[in-house]
Amino acid sequence: MIRIENLHKSYPIGKDSLHVLKGLDLHIKEGEFVSIMGSSGSGKSTLLNIVGLLDSHDEGKYYLNGELIENLNEKKAALLRNKFLGFVFQSFNLISYKTALENVALPLTYKGVARKERLKIAQEYLEKVELGPWANHLPNELSGGQKQRVAIARALVTNPKVVLADEPTGALDSTTTDNVMDLLRDINNEGMTVFVITHEEEVAEQTKRVVRLKDGVIISDELTNTTKAI
Amino acid sequence: MFDLDRWREIFQSIQKNKLRSVMSGFTVAFAILLFTLLFGIVSGLSNSFKSAFKDDAQNFMKIRSWKTSKPYKGLQTGRKIRLSNNEYNYVTTEYDKKIQFQSARINKNLTIKYKNNADRYGVIGVHPEHQFLEKTIIDEGRFLNEIDLKEHQKVIVIGRLLKKDLFGEKIALGKRLNVSGSSFLIVGVFSDDGGDREERVAYVPITTIQKMYGNNDYVSQIILGFNPDLNTDEAIAFGNKLEKDLRNKMSVHPNDQSALSVRNMAKANQKVNSFMFVLYLIVIVVGSGTLVAGIIGISNIMIFVIKERTKEFGIRKALGATPKSIVAMVVQESVLITTLAGYLGLSLGTFILTQIGDSLEDYFIKDPSVSPVIVFGATVVLIFSGLIAGYIPAKKAANIKPIEALRAD
Repeated sequence: MIRIENLHKSYPIGKDSLHVLKGLDLHIKEGEFVSIMGSSGSGKSTLLNIVGLLDSHDEGKYYLNGELIENLNEKKAALLRNKFLGFVFQSFNLISYKTALENVALPLTYKGVARKERLKIAQEYLEKVELGPWANHLPNELSGGQKQRVAIARALVTNPKVVLADEPTGALDSTTTDNVMDLLRDINNEGMTVFVITHEEEVAEQTKRVVRLKDGVIISDELTNTTKAI
Repeated sequence: MFDLDRWREIFQSIQKNKLRSVMSGFTVAFAILLFTLLFGIVSGLSNSFKSAFKDDAQNFMKIRSWKTSKPYKGLQTGRKIRLSNNEYNYVTTEYDKKIQFQSARINKNLTIKYKNNADRYGVIGVHPEHQFLEKTIIDEGRFLNEIDLKEHQKVIVIGRLLKKDLFGEKIALGKRLNVSGSSFLIVGVFSDDGGDREERVAYVPITTIQKMYGNNDYVSQIILGFNPDLNTDEAIAFGNKLEKDLRNKMSVHPNDQSALSVRNMAKANQKVNSFMFVLYLIVIVVGSGTLVAGIIGISNIMIFVIKERTKEFGIRKALGATPKSIVAMVVQESVLITTLAGYLGLSLGTFILTQIGDSLEDYFIKDPSVSPVIVFGATVVLIFSGLIAGYIPAKKAANIKPIEALRAD
């Protein structure tokens, strides 16, 4: 599903440049539940941004769903994101003036689904994350855990190939963290590829494969004891 | 263009961000309001000027004489110059082609009596064409004619208010008036747009007056209407030449304004026209300045709004929005706000101008209004400025990488 070969990325800082990713190779197959572990500055967010087509890479090859990603313009990237990817962010990134239901339905707007149909699908996904009764609430009327569940519903609503989660539990307490991780695992169990970035050991343990990143290189890549998680 | 979803998005965005929408709308509405009022008031001024000259024909010229103020060809200062039939006929024969109407005038102030009512009124001896020069409107009967003049008839055409003074509501036509002891037959009643003063006079044949008073052929003034085919420059040249020729003919110093002069409406028109032109120029400069200030105002607000929404755009892009769809959304919102607000300002301005109406006539502002051309032009400017004000910052924001947009706060 995701194949990365010898990926490099640098950011210019004044005259110098900061070499963030130093030749990564990574292959994630369909249906995997992978976490990228690393301290801050290890390059994990940069990796997710590149995988999520939110940023471009300098060198190496990136295949998404078998398609080589290169020379993307904004329009093409937007279409691919809409078609293949679902995002879950640490700070939720819900649109504050739209209700939970409208937030979930938004990606379908860009897919060109009619309004009535959109709202119906969005309602189904809200119920899936157990927020059916909260459909008409604005984000600031929801708790952190609820907001993240709305964001997950929004990531799933287009039925993407991969769900990318950037520190999805970074702003949550331990109970809601577990709720969110349970939800992500359920999704994975239904066959969705889930890709989580985290710096918390407990979160990583709940995934099925942990890739550890340090200073822009992969230092370990191993399967966890998945039976424990289930 | 018509995309229901997008309109829904725009209305939601406006509704949920009332303050900024109202602010940007207010800037535009206020600019347009000022623009409208400014234009309306100047058009009101222009209307006043036009109506001030409406009373007399636009091609009006008046020849008057008095005493010499300069010695000339051995003749003294203080010599009285008197126009007569001689000059009248000279003008007729010399300038026939350049003249549309011509009349001489003799002004007298006489007692007019009907039964027990009597008062002093202006009685003016004129030629028949005087009617067209003074824009006299005949309400009843007729004006003076050539036969009256030829036969020195004692006929009189009286003003509406003079008639009212002496006859009240009774019929005056066909009755006889006692004018300074002579009996005159009323053949017509007239009105005049020039005001009450001009409706309290009476016209009699000039030849009758000349015969009654001294049996000479002097006239007080000669008035004429130049041929309307002449343009302003030609009309002014004609007036100057006429003045020069008459001074020469009557042995008056060529620059003696006091002895004989020609008052030319073409000159006054030229002055009024250039004055109005300058006034409109000022309005266009000031008005455009106001509009530009409004446009800059809305551009500033749009830049701020878009900065505020950068993160939202980042989210939308992460969810699959193309840069084009974001630009279109912002531009449409901006155009909608400017157009609505602009129309609000325009309607309010027009409403205020209508309310003012003629109530400021004392301040030379008559029936102020804005022309449809101005309204249309201002609307186009508005839509266009809304487009620009929205497009430039939106384009910039839409091209920020989503990752940077998401990081914005």
